[in-house]
Amino acid sequence: MGELEGFYALWYREIKVFAREKSRIVSSLVNPLLWIVVFGGGLGSAVSVSGMNYQVFIFPGILTMTILFSSVFFGLYIVWDKKIDFFKEVLVAPLSRTTIFAGKMMGGSIDSLLQGSAMLLFGVMLGVNYSLLNVIYSFVFMLILAAALVSLGLIIGSNMESVEGFQLVVSFLVFPMFFFSGALFPIGNLPKYLLVFTIIDPVTYAVDGLRGLLLGTSQLPILLDLAVLAAYAIVFIAAGTWSFKRLK
Amino acid sequence: MEHAVETENLTKRYNDLLAVDRVSLQIKEGEIFGLLGPNGAGKTTTLSMLATLLSPTSGTARVNGYDIKTQAGAVRKSIGIVFQDPSSDDILTGRENLYLHALMYGVPKEDRKKRIDYVLELVDLEDRANDIVKKYSGGMRRRLELARGLLHNPRILFLDEPTLGLDPQTREHIWQYIDDLVKTEKVTIIITTHYMEEADRLCNRVAIIDNGRVIALDSPYALKSQMGGELIKLQTPSPKLDQIEKLSYVVSVKKGDSTVTLTVKNASTHLQEILSMVGQVESVEIRSPTLNDVFLHYTGHEIRQESGEGGVMERIVKLRRGK
Repeated sequence: MGELEGFYALWYREIKVFAREKSRIVSSLVNPLLWIVVFGGGLGSAVSVSGMNYQVFIFPGILTMTILFSSVFFGLYIVWDKKIDFFKEVLVAPLSRTTIFAGKMMGGSIDSLLQGSAMLLFGVMLGVNYSLLNVIYSFVFMLILAAALVSLGLIIGSNMESVEGFQLVVSFLVFPMFFFSGALFPIGNLPKYLLVFTIIDPVTYAVDGLRGLLLGTSQLPILLDLAVLAAYAIVFIAAGTWSFKRLK
Repeated sequence: MEHAVETENLTKRYNDLLAVDRVSLQIKEGEIFGLLGPNGAGKTTTLSMLATLLSPTSGTARVNGYDIKTQAGAVRKSIGIVFQDPSSDDILTGRENLYLHALMYGVPKEDRKKRIDYVLELVDLEDRANDIVKKYSGGMRRRLELARGLLHNPRILFLDEPTLGLDPQTREHIWQYIDDLVKTEKVTIIITTHYMEEADRLCNRVAIIDNGRVIALDSPYALKSQMGGELIKLQTPSPKLDQIEKLSYVVSVKKGDSTVTLTVKNASTHLQEILSMVGQVESVEIRSPTLNDVFLHYTGHEIRQESGEGGVMERIVKLRRGK
C-alpha cells in the first residue's frame, strides 16, 4: 500500500510539473515541427519515397524523435535533481528504490506520450489519416519506446555527476540514435556500415513499427518491431532499477 | 529511560579519511541535541548514517529503537529530516509539497488534510500554502521544510544546519519555531550546526565534534562552566606574565601577538590586581566564555565561519593535497 502511494506521489509530481511548465511543452514541439515543415517540405518538393510524399514518409520518424528527445532528457534531468531539488527528499523517504525508479520512469513516459499525442494531432493536419485502432496501437509503441528511453536517460543521469555531460550525451547518443533509426530514409537497402548501427538502434524498431501502423508500410513485421522494442525496454528498466539502488 | 538515538563506535571512512571516528552518543527523548563543529567535522555524515542514507563503515546505531543497518525502513518512517539545502519542489505549491510527502510517508488518507493544515498553521504558512514555492523567501522555504519534516508525526526531527544562509532576523524566527516545536510536538530534535550561538540558544545538550570525533559533550552551560571562569582579554605589547601565571584564581593564560587572554575565576573582582601586575595595557575586555572558547580550549583552533559548502569532501581534498 505504502509503495503504491509513493509511486503515485512521484507520478503525480511529474504530471504537475509537466502541466505547469508550459514553455517546456511548446519548445519540445517546435523542433519536430521544423523538421517536418521545413526539412520534410523542402526535400519533399524534390523527392518522394516508397511512392509517398517525403513529408508524410518522415512523419512517424519525427514523431519518434519527439519521444526520443523528451524521454532521454527527462532522465538526464535527475542530474539536476540530485544536486538540489526534490530528489533528496524522495531518496530519504521510506520507499524502495524500485518504486522510486518506477514512479520517475512512468512520470517521464507519460510526459513523452503527451507530446507524442500532440504530434499525432499534427499528423492529421498533414493529411495522414489513421484509424482509431491504429492510433491505439501507436500509443502502445510510443509508451514502450518512452519507457525504454526514459530508463536509458535515468541510467545515464544517475551515473553522471555534472550537467556539463549533457551535450556529450546528445552528440554521441541521442543524435546518432535518431539518424541511424531510419527516421529520415528507408532502411531497405542501406550500405552495410550503416545497417549495423541501424540494427542495434532501438529507435529503428519504433520508427518502423509506427510507420507500419500509421502509413501502412514497414520493413519488418510490426510484431517483431514490438518484440525487439519491448526487449530493449526490459533491459533498460532492469538496468535503471539497478542504477537507482546504487544511488546515494 | 529509552534513548531516542544510541550510537556505538559509529565510524565512516572514505578511503584514507576518517569522516566519523568511533562516535558513541546517547540522545535522550524530548531533548534538543546539537552536533556542533566546523564544516567537515563529520556532522552531516553522522546525520546521514542515522537517517540510513549512508551505511557506516563500522559500528552501529539504534534510532527510535530500530537498528540503522537492518531496519532502515522503520528508521526512515520514524524520523523527519530537514536538509541543509532546500529540497522542496519549487514548481509545486507549499501544499502540494506537503501532499506528496504525506503520500510517500504513508500518512493515512483520512488524516492527510488535517495533518497538512495543522503543520502549515504551526509554521504560519496557511495563507501562502497555495503559492508555488519559487515565490517563497528563504525563511518561508525553511519553515515549509520544517512543516514537512513534522508531517508524518516523526519521533525524531533531524535539522541539518537549519539556519544556514538566513539573515539574523529570520534566523531568530526559525529558532523560535524550533523551540516551540519541542513543547507542542514532543519530538526529539537533533540539529547540526557550526554556529555557536545557535547551539547555545537552542540545545539542551551539545556534542562538540572535530575531525570526526566527539571531543566534549554536555549542556552549553556546563561546557562553558568547565572553562572555570570569565575571560579577560588584554591588549598589551609587552605583558609581564610570570607572577600572573602563579595566581590561584588564574585558570589559564594564552598569549597572542599583542594580546593576552586569561581565564580567571570571578574576573571582575580580580581585575584590579591583574592589571597592576601585567604592566602597560592598551585595552581590557571581560566577557563570559562562549562555546567558541570551549571549542578553542579543546581543539586549539576556532570554528571556522565558512560557507556551508565543502564539508567532508573538502577535507578529503585537503588530505590528498597533504594539507
